[in-house]
Order: sequence, then C-alpha cells, then structure tokens
Amino acid sequence: MIISIASGKGGTGKTTVATNLAISLEKDVQFLDCDVEEPNAHLFLDPTIVKKEQVVAFVPQVDLEKCTFCRKCMDICRFGAMAVLKKDVMVFENLCHSCGGCFAVCSENAIMEKERSLGTIEHGVMDHISFTNGRLEIGQVMVPPIIKKVRSFTNFETITIIDAPPGTSCPVIAAMKGADFVLLVTEPTPFGLHDLKLAVETVKLLGIPHGLVINRAGLGNDDVKSYAKKQEIPILMEIPFDKKIAKIYSNGQMIVDSLPGYREKFQELFDKIMQLMENRENR
Amino acid sequence: MKIAVTAMESSLDSLVDPRFGRAAYILIIDTQTLEFKAFDNHENKNAFKGAGIQAAAMVSHNEAKVLLTGFCGPNAFKTLEKAGIKVVNDQSGSVLDLIQKFNQGNVVFADQANKDGHW
Repeated sequence: MIISIASGKGGTGKTTVATNLAISLEKDVQFLDCDVEEPNAHLFLDPTIVKKEQVVAFVPQVDLEKCTFCRKCMDICRFGAMAVLKKDVMVFENLCHSCGGCFAVCSENAIMEKERSLGTIEHGVMDHISFTNGRLEIGQVMVPPIIKKVRSFTNFETITIIDAPPGTSCPVIAAMKGADFVLLVTEPTPFGLHDLKLAVETVKLLGIPHGLVINRAGLGNDDVKSYAKKQEIPILMEIPFDKKIAKIYSNGQMIVDSLPGYREKFQELFDKIMQLMENRENR
Repeated sequence: MKIAVTAMESSLDSLVDPRFGRAAYILIIDTQTLEFKAFDNHENKNAFKGAGIQAAAMVSHNEAKVLLTGFCGPNAFKTLEKAGIKVVNDQSGSVLDLIQKFNQGNVVFADQANKDGHW
C-alpha cells in the first residue's frame, strides 16, 4: 500500500504530515523521501543511516578514431548536448538527459557509455520505520531518475509513505505514479488553492484516489473548503494555524511527540485513508 | 578568410544581432570578396537549451575562422575555442561596417565568454 503525499504548492506541510503519519502508525512503515532536490524528512525522523549508494546515468563518450564527424548524434540530440566540430566532438554532460539517441544513431559504434553521478541514495532505520531518501547532486538537473531509484526499493509488504516534491511536473509525477492513494496537503490561502487545483488535475489524470489535509487551518478563507466540496475531495484532516506547531517544526521535532491528541489524529487520518480505499474496492 | 557575423536580417546591410546562439541569422562572409551565405538560425533561436553550442558547431562546419557578435556565453565560447575559432564580442552597428573594421584590424579577440549561461 503506497501513500504518496503531495501538494502542488511548496511549504504547505507535506513533510510534516508524512513524518508525523509515519511515526504514529503502530506497524512497520517504509518512508521514501522523494523530494530529492531538498530532502528534509531525515531531519525529523532522524534515522540511523546504514547504507549509501550512488545513482548514475550514462553520457556519451566519443571515440575520435572511429568518428566520421557525420553529425547524426548532434542532429538527434534534443538538448543541444553535443557539438560535432571539424575534427573534434564536444559533449556537454550537464545538458545530456541520457536518452540514448546518440548511441542509437551512431553507425560507426564510435560512442561509448560513460558513467556520470546524478545523486545519492541513503537507507536507514528508526524504530518501526525503514527509511530511504534520494539527494540530487549539486549542479545536476535530472530529478526523475533519482526518484525512480528511491522508489525501486519499495517494500510492497508494508505501508509505504512517499514524501513527494512540490509542483506538478515530472518529479511529482515520478513520485505519485503507481501510488494507491495520494494525500494532498494544502493551506487555505489563494496560493495554496491555486496550486492545489493544479495538483488535483494531475492526480485525476493519473487516476489515483485522493484526499485532502488542510494545514494552517484558520488562516486565509474558506475557498479551499468550497473547492474541495465542489470537486468531491474528502477533507481528511485539519491542522490548525498554531504558533506551537510552528515552534515544534522549527526545532525539528514531531507534533505527535510534543502535543497531546495528535498521535490519535494522525492514526485517524490513516484509518480514513484505509476506509476510502476499502469503499472503493467494494464499489 | 571566412568570418561569421550574427545578424538581424539576411543581408550585409543588416544590423548585428547582439545574441550569438539565438541570433536571427548567422552570416558566413568572405572578407575579401564580401560573398556571403546567410543561415537562418530560427530553429536554434527557439531551442530549449544548448543554442550557443549548436550555433558554434554550425560556424565550425562552415569553416569560419572568426566570429563577430554581441554576446557569447560560456558553452558557446568553449566550443568555438575548441574548434579554433576566434571570438570578437561586444559588437554592434551594421554588418558591413563591422567587416570593414575587422579588415582594418580594429578588433580585439576575446579570451573568455562575456555572458553567463542561461538557466
């Protein structure tokens, strides 16, 4: 059972919800931090890291002895990553998306695969939580391969909670696709609502059941609620706009460990998700 | 000698296009006879990334020895340097005037890019 936690807008509380939910569950949980451009769930869960590994992609390396400077590789490259000169070929590794086009069109077999590091994966444990995160290397821009690598460790025997990146582009799709449920976290502000609408469109396109958590409830207005009602998206939890919660977060602590009643509230959130899934299966 | 000049239009009366990778046209000109070929750069102009690199490869392919333009980014400069093409940055005015200026030796060759890359 995979629950992906997404938002559209950044900073609405994805990680807060994901980490508190994971800690509250009284069974084995897998936590995948797929916000690989700025992973931060480890700051809250504080897992003991037991293993680290590299994520690599392939970039072309041209054998100038074999190259006939025909320019097929340069012509097929949609990212402008190759420049075929009179007697030289330049490869701009940072522009390369590792699509393999240049390897495929080279009739001289002059292009070899060279490894390039995109980022790292870390595995760790904390009580009942088995933890994995991805981290994009500075200067690199290819996010989805790292997210896919993180997700390749999905343990289908347990509950998997994915902390997705913000937005609605490729990285978010990579973090939501194939999930059983998407939990959208929003805030009741015009920005929150605007980006929530985009996120809802994305989730609908992927055909994944979804529900809403309103964080900082009490702030802004009721437009998010009326939108949710109109779209028939269940509001599964509201977390109040409370200075105490902000303080707990800023100290890297968990709400469920610091404020009474919240562990139960997050357990309730999980039960509601399971209920929605069951109702869906029975239909 | 063949040189490359970025231009707003496909003629020698045109103004110099300040951009290199995303110039409207790149003219490959023979400095003695003033015979030239105009290359429509519009595909590069709308490229997502790597426009300067592609333009540099095109200049190299057409055997120009010098590029005269307004701004040249780091990737384009690296490519041109590797192809043995000298770069003259910060140019403006008409293409014809610029060729004259070049023929009189009134230009300074750049030793680095004069524009940051686009991200």
